[in-house]
Amino acid sequence: MFPYIVRRIFVMFLMLTLLSIVVFLLFNAVPTDPARLTCGKSCTPEVIAANRIRLGLDQPLLTQYLEWIKGFFVGRTYGTGSATFECSRPCLGYSFRSGEEVTTLIVNAVPVTMYLALGAFTLWMVVGISAGIVAAKHQGKWQDRTIMGIALVGYSLPVFFVGLLLLIFAIVRWNVLPYPDYEPPFEDPVAFFQTMLLPWVTLAILYSAYYARLTRSQILETMGEDYIRTARAKGLSERVVFRKHAFRAGLTPIVTSAGLDLAGLLGGAIITEYIFSLPGLGRVAIGAVTDYDLPTITAAVLVSAVFIIIANLVVDILYVAIDPRVRIT
Amino acid sequence: MTPKDNVILEVKNLNVEFTTDDGVVHAVNNVSYTVERGKTLAIVGESGSGKSVSSLAIMGLLTGTNSNVTGEVFFNGKELVGAHPDEVRKLRGDEMAMIFQDPLSALHPYYTIGDQLIEAVLVHNKISEEAARERAIEMLIKVGISSVEQRIDEYPHQLSGGMRQRIMIAMALINGPELLIADEPTTALDVTVQAQILELLRELQKEFGTAIVLITHDLGVVADLADEVLVMYAGSAVEHAGVRELFYEPQMPYTWGLLASVPQISVKKEKLDPIPGSPPSLLNLPIGCVFEPRCTFKNQVANNACVEKFPELLVVSQNHEARCHLSESQRIAIRTDRKIGKINK
Repeated sequence: MFPYIVRRIFVMFLMLTLLSIVVFLLFNAVPTDPARLTCGKSCTPEVIAANRIRLGLDQPLLTQYLEWIKGFFVGRTYGTGSATFECSRPCLGYSFRSGEEVTTLIVNAVPVTMYLALGAFTLWMVVGISAGIVAAKHQGKWQDRTIMGIALVGYSLPVFFVGLLLLIFAIVRWNVLPYPDYEPPFEDPVAFFQTMLLPWVTLAILYSAYYARLTRSQILETMGEDYIRTARAKGLSERVVFRKHAFRAGLTPIVTSAGLDLAGLLGGAIITEYIFSLPGLGRVAIGAVTDYDLPTITAAVLVSAVFIIIANLVVDILYVAIDPRVRIT
Repeated sequence: MTPKDNVILEVKNLNVEFTTDDGVVHAVNNVSYTVERGKTLAIVGESGSGKSVSSLAIMGLLTGTNSNVTGEVFFNGKELVGAHPDEVRKLRGDEMAMIFQDPLSALHPYYTIGDQLIEAVLVHNKISEEAARERAIEMLIKVGISSVEQRIDEYPHQLSGGMRQRIMIAMALINGPELLIADEPTTALDVTVQAQILELLRELQKEFGTAIVLITHDLGVVADLADEVLVMYAGSAVEHAGVRELFYEPQMPYTWGLLASVPQISVKKEKLDPIPGSPPSLLNLPIGCVFEPRCTFKNQVANNACVEKFPELLVVSQNHEARCHLSESQRIAIRTDRKIGKINK
């Protein structure tokens, strides 16, 4: 078990290294000169040339990459003489648009996305899995049909539709909630919950529907397994058969999905954040893309990728905990 | 002591139907048999003959909402059909137990051998977990597992097929049931392991006095272990006899076909003798004899009886019944001609 985890972590770092190279190359693959993007329309060629040297964009690619990596781990200094400015570690460069440190942008955005993702995740796991269990237990009966009917509708509705609908009715028309205005949870918990409720619900509707369907099909599949028949043949009550034997076995694919879905959301729920004006990673990323803000784009991509890689690792470790057959060294 | 006291299981007119989108599947039709304490009844038949379904029905393991079980099943004199599911559940694993064909899929992959055995003990006994573990260890030794202290904490996937089936047997017999239903216990195993498992079943049966209902399509296994044989075809019992009577004086064309299809080492043959055709659809059974569409002797019966009339159970001798419209002299003639069984008359 322990060597397995160590090996997985090693592989994770290898993947991150490769990823940083790919992301860095993307930065340089855009058809526009990065130095040109550092200043607006009224830029003179002199300023562009100066910026190019200042940001080290005149250096060979390898040097640039190593500088970039070095910046992340130890910090870096841009420019020389009186025009130097320090970018302390972890340095991801400066936003071309606002001139802010990218690290600051990311660090400010990550908690917002994290609250959004975790809140929605909790909501959909509870609702989706419970609904799936109820449906599976009443297979073919009205409970099953009702739940699966609702799930089909929920699964078919796109986030931008549900989000806008909730926004228009709950906030604009009926004034049930105030207009979204993000506040950190520890500073103004009431405003935080009032702002986050609808985004959570928006995401949870889609994912609950998916998880209800997944849970139901998993449980029904597991209930048909031979070892469930054995459990019944032992004289175990249906409750024990279900809880101890069927549920745990049906859990594995749900864990996989859950881990990856959560990681995907942590990388930024772009549409939801946009609709409800949440200053999260998705907003940062989409803003950076529209503005050709290369350092911010690379940082956003990198952060999302890190979330997904970590989620994969966690899922794999959970697998080992759930299924003893995976316990290979 | 009434003659019934030595009967552990009595099945009377058991019917099992499944309602499907295509219609009603008649999986088991009016099957009756009895099993005596400590004896072995083998139920033989090909896939879909209803042998497994009938035993699942007895155990109360047909849990699907689309199944319908009617008839009477007396276990130790207690009626099981229509009994409260909880009452049947309390008997399961305690007084009657079951083992299945594929021991790998029948054991839960996520729990250790010990956990699964201990669970089986604790459902029916109010004892401590330590005591249950002791009992599990004892039982594992009895079924011939080596280095039990180590094995007990292993998972099913770490064991061989033969060992897994030994575990299943240990789990089934751990509470000393009076009846064991073994559903093709050796089908998924290697031939050498098959013999070991059969030997183990025989030994344990002697030790515990357990009655066994052995479901199989392997006539070698039947000859080895059974006291009585019930031949099933398309959901009906077509012949029921003591094991000697069945092999020496089979009375029914389907049984003849079964016996003829077994390769014999003493007879040199280029090809096996399969029964031509395939069983009828259980959705739409023939009105007459279920075996009529494949029977090569139906022309010898007058008045088209095989097509029009389902044959009654014919008492051949004290311990032998069969369903066939052929007359006794016709059956003897055919058996003599084809050298089926032993001809004494």
